[in-house]
Amino acid sequence: MATQSTPGGIPQTIELSRAQGDLLVLTHIYTATAALIVGALFGLLQGFSRANFIVMPPWFDYYRMLTAHGVLMALVFTTFFITGLMTFSTYRTIPRVRSVRLGWSGYTVMLVGTLMAAIEILAGNASVLYTFYAPLKASPFFYLGAALLIVGTWLVGLDILLNVVWFKRQNPGTKIPLPAHGSVFTFVMWFIATLGVVAEVLILLPWSLGITKGVDVELTRMLFWYFGHPLVYFWIMGAYLIWYNVVPTAYGGRVFSDSLTRLAFLILLLLSTPVGLHHQFLDPGVSAGWKWLHTVLTYGVAIPSFMTMFALFASFELAARRAGKRGFIETVRWLPWGDPVFSGAALGMILFIGGGFGGLINASYSMDILVHNTMWIVGHFHITVGGPVALTFIGAAYKLVPTLTGRRLFAPKFALVQTYLWFIGMVLMSLSMHWAGILGSPRRTSDVTYFGAAGAETWHGQMVAASIGGTILFISVVMFAIVAVGTYLANERTSEREEFAFAETEDQAMPTPLVLDMVGRWGAVAIALAVIAYAGPIYEQLSVPHYLAPGMRTW
Amino acid sequence: MHIYRSERIWMAFGIGMLAVFLAVITTAAIVDGFVPPSRVQSIDPAKVSETPPFDHPGLRKIAEGEYEAYYVGQIFSWNPSHIDVPAGAHVTFYVTSIDVEHGFSVPETGINTMVTPGWVSSVAYTFKTPGKYLLICNEYCGAGHQVMAASIEVK
Repeated sequence: MATQSTPGGIPQTIELSRAQGDLLVLTHIYTATAALIVGALFGLLQGFSRANFIVMPPWFDYYRMLTAHGVLMALVFTTFFITGLMTFSTYRTIPRVRSVRLGWSGYTVMLVGTLMAAIEILAGNASVLYTFYAPLKASPFFYLGAALLIVGTWLVGLDILLNVVWFKRQNPGTKIPLPAHGSVFTFVMWFIATLGVVAEVLILLPWSLGITKGVDVELTRMLFWYFGHPLVYFWIMGAYLIWYNVVPTAYGGRVFSDSLTRLAFLILLLLSTPVGLHHQFLDPGVSAGWKWLHTVLTYGVAIPSFMTMFALFASFELAARRAGKRGFIETVRWLPWGDPVFSGAALGMILFIGGGFGGLINASYSMDILVHNTMWIVGHFHITVGGPVALTFIGAAYKLVPTLTGRRLFAPKFALVQTYLWFIGMVLMSLSMHWAGILGSPRRTSDVTYFGAAGAETWHGQMVAASIGGTILFISVVMFAIVAVGTYLANERTSEREEFAFAETEDQAMPTPLVLDMVGRWGAVAIALAVIAYAGPIYEQLSVPHYLAPGMRTW
Repeated sequence: MHIYRSERIWMAFGIGMLAVFLAVITTAAIVDGFVPPSRVQSIDPAKVSETPPFDHPGLRKIAEGEYEAYYVGQIFSWNPSHIDVPAGAHVTFYVTSIDVEHGFSVPETGINTMVTPGWVSSVAYTFKTPGKYLLICNEYCGAGHQVMAASIEVK
């Protein structure tokens, strides 16, 4: 047993280090769970508002609730789960006597930022939605809170990076363990992408404080979406990490290919950022050629998803063959659909087939005009972040929480039903939203009756169906909360602590090209691509006279 | 790095599909002019009401069947609130905002563009079917966003 001193002078062992790391990860995951539960309640009220069943009271109006829902789900739930997951996959695959001080600093800064922003949102001082488009002027504490949430993730990412660097120093010529590889590539992408939103906040904060008189609206939008699309890939890389490295353990399978998994994360690092303009296809001040360039690059970032689809199904098939199963139907029936860890992820994969193709439609340049800012987009991001990402995270939580606490999962059958209910609710809600969007129903609008205007009434039926889907989803979240809290309260210790292991790879004997591990060099290439994709549009804006908007609070 | 033949076929299929999609939208852009609204023209948001042509928002006839419409968005209304358009007219809309971000959208037509203070947006459409069209704001702009609407009547 290795015993040595940490920089703080506290003697530790590998075992103690692991227990301390587990507690840190568990705290991230329970924080994410809390955000999910509160966010889901706002989601339910959202659905009822849009179906005209209820009208939110003035002291807690629709847009305040919508801001809270978006921030809690898209930014807080996802981010805390991913920081926890990636800390876990790094710590567990790089056994080491380590200090968790940096990790806890990151968590604390994230939490302080989240609480700061949440208080301002709930108080009604930041009803600017999760995209906080300037010149809607929110309270400075909202922007500061958002910045702290990001800075906190940097500390977590730095901790992951330092652990990987330590591993590479200790083991020259050895490949990075696959789950740690996915984590560090995700965070290098995240470091590059979040520079955009931090730069935006550095413009908005002094303006919100009254130090500067106005903001360049298009520039802040461009900075936001420079971050906003990679944010989506941050979520997806979290789900992919679980799909590749954790899900195969549910059916006794292996990772299909070590090299191709690394290649998928590498392409995601390179192409997640230089694609943000596809959220701004309908913006003035950006010419059509730059938008076309971002269309091409967005198509490119679909390639690792095609690779992933192949790898996952190949992993299913190879494991089924080893178990003596042949053909599509036998393979599908053999898979452990009764295990919530598998069903969560697998149902998420099914949703992602729809979500992925919907994404290609949205990215298709002039086609965006048909769906931009309609309910279609809302349907799209619910079937992506609310489907493959959230459902995979929930399934993974059913594995991680018992691993981290040594407690048996409370009511596993209940957990299983929860994943299927989520799937049913999401299909109904998301398809209804897509449909309403095709008919032109706008997103982010508390009431779309427009005083009985012709055309607007055709959107109502879909919103009623969406509210039913939303209700099913809410019931599913309540069930998840019961399992999460129940696991803690029941405190049923597993007699033998279940040993967690990430999946092995099929081609263990095959050499993995070490070039796939050169995270620093690929990070530099990713920066270069981001500069190439954005230098042109930013230069174009600066080369015409541009004006600042003073902005105001319009709510 | 070893890649199975089956995966090579799958990836060729996937990338081939992307190439076809890209060829279609690129051809449509070049041949038919199907490009997203992308005007690069700035305007001082504080001086919109004194900057022609936005000092007199409304519809102008340019030539036979050819019109231009100038709109100003502000919380929570479009100016003009109503226009009458002859059936078959090809209308080019020019829109700007004097305060915050808005979205200029006529559902079930090709009219949909972001409206940004400091910039002029432009989108064109041919109104073939007579009837009353609803013009809405489809980007959240504040407490009254849901009432920000106007009408276009095609006769």
